[in-house]
Amino acid sequence: MDQFLQLTVAGLGTGMIYALAAVGFVVIYKASDVINFAQGDLLLFGTYLVFFFLVQVGLPWTAGVLLTMLVAAAIGLAVERTVLRPLIGEPIISMIMVTIGLSSVLRAVVHGIWGPQPRTFPPFLPEGQVMLGSAVVSADRLVAIPLALALLGGLALFFRRTRSGIAMRAIADDQQAALSMGISIPRVFATAWALAAVTAAIGGIMLGNIVGVTPNVAQIGLRVFPVVILGGLDSIRGAVVGGAIIGLLEFYAGGYIGHGLNLIVPYVVLIVVLMVRPYGLFGREIIERV
Amino acid sequence: MRLGLFMGALLVFPFLASPYWLNLANQIAIATIGALGLNILVGYTGQVSLGQGAFMAVGAYTSALLTLRLGLPWGVSIVAACFATAAVGVFFGLPSLRLKGLYLAISTLAAQEIVEWVVTHWTALTGGVEAVVVPAPRLFGQRLNTDFGFYWLGIVLAGGTALFTANLFRSRIGRSFVAVRDQDIAASVIGVNVFGTKLLAFATSSFFVGLAGALTAYYRNIISWERFTFETSILYLAMIIVGGLGTIRGSLFGAALITLLPAMIGRVGQELQGSAPAIAALLPSVQQAVFGIVIILFLVFEPEGLSKLWRNVKDYFYVWPFAYRRGEGR
Repeated sequence: MDQFLQLTVAGLGTGMIYALAAVGFVVIYKASDVINFAQGDLLLFGTYLVFFFLVQVGLPWTAGVLLTMLVAAAIGLAVERTVLRPLIGEPIISMIMVTIGLSSVLRAVVHGIWGPQPRTFPPFLPEGQVMLGSAVVSADRLVAIPLALALLGGLALFFRRTRSGIAMRAIADDQQAALSMGISIPRVFATAWALAAVTAAIGGIMLGNIVGVTPNVAQIGLRVFPVVILGGLDSIRGAVVGGAIIGLLEFYAGGYIGHGLNLIVPYVVLIVVLMVRPYGLFGREIIERV
Repeated sequence: MRLGLFMGALLVFPFLASPYWLNLANQIAIATIGALGLNILVGYTGQVSLGQGAFMAVGAYTSALLTLRLGLPWGVSIVAACFATAAVGVFFGLPSLRLKGLYLAISTLAAQEIVEWVVTHWTALTGGVEAVVVPAPRLFGQRLNTDFGFYWLGIVLAGGTALFTANLFRSRIGRSFVAVRDQDIAASVIGVNVFGTKLLAFATSSFFVGLAGALTAYYRNIISWERFTFETSILYLAMIIVGGLGTIRGSLFGAALITLLPAMIGRVGQELQGSAPAIAALLPSVQQAVFGIVIILFLVFEPEGLSKLWRNVKDYFYVWPFAYRRGEGR
């Protein structure tokens, strides 16, 4: 029972970070039909940016986090304008490869500036262990859960209540109709990338807090795929639920069965979902059948 | 005539080149075979695959383990490895019967991760994360895994693969691959069995990818899973994008460029090691950045790749001093 509780908290904590990474992915896919292989590297950038502002510049963490989000948004905008805009309407393979190229460049920049050695920044999630009944769980993961949920809730509000959020949904729904209502598609694509970069940066900050500032943070980029396929490629709710399920599965598989099974379970789920229900739990059922 | 010159150059090259360049030539030969294989699937049949690294791993490990454990001669085990990889390719191609486009791409990503996991965790068979030492191949009493010896094996097999691919796409089967890429519904209307064709494309492609993997094993003498990760898949996709999707010449150009680029940057790094160590230390990042930038630049400015650039240059000289060929509209 104790082990179950520990694994659940750890799994949910990890799952919420997956969700933060996945949400940015979903926002970009929803708006512009681009699948972004550079999502993990956006996270990596967030981690190192906050390290830069907190440790190397020495700002207090509120200012550091805000600045990180600002810079991340700028990077998102720049990437959309220079790399993605010229490729609108190109085949899927081009879209995949251009984001892969982007991921290579982003990683090289981080690597070139900060080097490969792991670093740390002063934690702002609480440290140490918390007793939950008789189970010992780490506090940072426990706090990460409500924090991520609050952020994701805020994002959901953005999509329902704000003008640009609604514009984004309109474009996802029907580009031509949205165009004829006077919505600027390039502006919405740019917003989507900025938003994705910001959520990724937040995910990166939290991940950096839990696992430390290392180049390995970028590995989460591929973990996003099982999450978004399970939840549905175009569903924010799906990203949250999918993140939670994949996070939990990983920790249960690792904790109860072992043998490194936690590494592979997400991908097995991915294949099964693709074969049985390709649009995932909450995705729209418009997938092209062969 | 031009082909003759090219062949002549290939024949003379190993006698003039230093081991460094021979090594690069061998890497390019292997990469060309792998890129041709991937191009059959991605460029000609339009099925995006992110599982190249996994398929190469199957080829490499099958051939190495058959020789090591069962004592099969290297030639036999390479052929067996090709067929084994083709079978694995068909298995992971099965989702293509239901999925298209990016969903298929993601399912091949899962294939990559699953194969990688099997290789690193099935310790009894593969040795896990430990490297496997491969016995040296011999032909007529000569060791073939020296730079010089392997060169001949490499160019013969690369040339054979190119020849096979070129002829494949003159045949009914190859044409049906292209038909499935261009318009699968139209293809099925004119009597192409779309499902069968896709699986056949996966099999043919994986066959050559497996060959490239097996050759890597014999050339390197030593294989470990790190050589066949998702990064490898990306590398090969970059080759066919940069070279030109669906062209044979492009596979060679792309393989050469993507192999030579990091090698050249690394060489510059060695030169700088003495005079400017700070810059030399940055070079791994520079390599990675250049790799990404090359992909992005090609996609944005010349999506048809090096083979299109080559054609442009050729056309330019062909029609010079006129702007375009007679009878060709602008």
